[in-house]
Amino acid sequence: MTGTPAAMDKRVTFKGLWLPLLLVLPQIVITAVFFFYPAGQAIWQSLYIPDPFGLSMKFVGLGNFEYLLGDPYYRASFLTTAVFSVLVTVVSMGVALWLAVLADRLIKGSGTYRTLLIWPYAVAPAVAGVLWLFMFNTRVGVVTWYLGVLGYDWNHVLNDNEAMGLVVIASAWGRISYNFLFFLAGLQSIPRSVIEAAAIDGARFWTRFRTIVFPLLSPTTFFLLVVNVVYAFFETFGVIHTITSGGPQQATTILVYKVYADGFVGQDLGSSAAQSVILLAIVSVLTIIQFRFVERRVHY
Amino acid sequence: MTGRDALAAETPPVKAPGADHDGMVERRGAGLWLTHLGLIVGLLFIFFPIWLAFVASTISQPEIARPPMPLLPGDQFIENYTRALTSGINAPVALMLGNSLVMALGIAFGKIAISLLSAFAIVYFRFPGRQLFFWLIFLTLMLPVEVRIVPTYEVVAGFGMLNSYSGLIFPLIASATATFLFRQFFMTVPDELAEAARVDGARPMRFFFDILLPMSRTNIAALFVILFIYGWNQYLWPLLITTDPSMNTIVMGIKQMFPSGDDIADWPVIMATSILAMIPPVIVVVGMQRLFIRGLVESEK
Repeated sequence: MTGTPAAMDKRVTFKGLWLPLLLVLPQIVITAVFFFYPAGQAIWQSLYIPDPFGLSMKFVGLGNFEYLLGDPYYRASFLTTAVFSVLVTVVSMGVALWLAVLADRLIKGSGTYRTLLIWPYAVAPAVAGVLWLFMFNTRVGVVTWYLGVLGYDWNHVLNDNEAMGLVVIASAWGRISYNFLFFLAGLQSIPRSVIEAAAIDGARFWTRFRTIVFPLLSPTTFFLLVVNVVYAFFETFGVIHTITSGGPQQATTILVYKVYADGFVGQDLGSSAAQSVILLAIVSVLTIIQFRFVERRVHY
Repeated sequence: MTGRDALAAETPPVKAPGADHDGMVERRGAGLWLTHLGLIVGLLFIFFPIWLAFVASTISQPEIARPPMPLLPGDQFIENYTRALTSGINAPVALMLGNSLVMALGIAFGKIAISLLSAFAIVYFRFPGRQLFFWLIFLTLMLPVEVRIVPTYEVVAGFGMLNSYSGLIFPLIASATATFLFRQFFMTVPDELAEAARVDGARPMRFFFDILLPMSRTNIAALFVILFIYGWNQYLWPLLITTDPSMNTIVMGIKQMFPSGDDIADWPVIMATSILAMIPPVIVVVGMQRLFIRGLVESEK
């Protein structure tokens, strides 16, 4: 990836003015109508509130933002999102790294495990949500029943922490494949000779992992950290919506869910737009971190 | 573990040239079995929810309603799947599968087509506004649809595209990730090819169709896998714009099958639908595994 997109140019080009414009036209029209206009609208709407009858819009400047930042529910949602994304990232990356380290130790068969582990990537977050909801359903769930036998009364419909735990596991579960693929590729690119040299010096497995493998894997790890946080922020809507619908109370209402709940269910357009703009700022920061990091990864 | 490592350390450090993946850090004996055991535990964790869903889709509602449900498949497979596909709960699942297929293919082909054309234009032509165009598409890399749902919904509603395939597809192809990837690839295509085409008097589109497109086959296929899964697994967007059950996609339709009140859900049909919702993307991923991994690694770069 080049730093400035125009850094490289083709030496040989074709002549023509109308043809290239015609070629970019479909993309320009579609992105203008379905991307730039709505994004502009989100920014514009965030500065207004509709009057009680919905007839006109009143300019409030940064009022919506001030209101949001003072709103305990919004602040709670921020905290919920932070806890949720940290947990999803740690669980999915932890399990994936563990499996990748094991698969990397195999000379034969790591390909088979890869094939077996890769396909949950294709399971939609919303479907993953339904699967886990079924296992932990308060009435018919198998896991709930066995937990009951062990004397634990599982009820994620009423218990905040259990609800959070369930959406975290369901979200992390579907993400393991992706992280596993990248970790395995990272591990396999570490030169064997380096690890063998350490082994000759008498370094045990855990020592080798801590002092050589993990540091050499750090570009992959940082990359996955950013990508997983983005995933937890934006792509887990389906999991939350199918399992808890943001509840109990607001215990699992992450920021993206709140944009939906306030904008579509609550019809509070100004607030929802302001939330979109805040999210937009968060994605931009994450994207910049990702690009800067990818830059570093290339030159590592 | 320790014994094996000690053993490994005693092995002479001779390594055959070219044999880069075997050597003395190789696992043997008990360690090998522990490694397999660890992987199998991981696999069970991954597979268990899917296995349960499959079992639930082959037994009857009373068997599920009296927990614990059995852990081995029953004999209601054909009944449950037939019921799901032909009548479903709000709409036949066969219809929802069709909607998902149209949406996923529309997104994959649509995005690939517009991206190929515009990448060709920005790499092989100099035209006014090229720089501006480039920065505009760069901006779109940043914003997932979730962030701008309310205004995008208003645009789609304004065009009368609610409950339509175009409403499902267009907003999701309005980003330039694919343009970016094709541009990166076109930059690596040797200049001599375009030069030769120009000397031969070939028109630009002729060069595009006869040379560039065939050369991009692998990249197109890899991107197709990623985009197909992306499109198939969409949830929030279809949830907003398909209020008519006959336009529901299967992934968002599952949640709609749950009763709103206190009634018990029709789990066998819901689980059969969940399994059906997984099959097409799983086939694509497993069947095109190599391309998929390549597409994944490249689209994240």
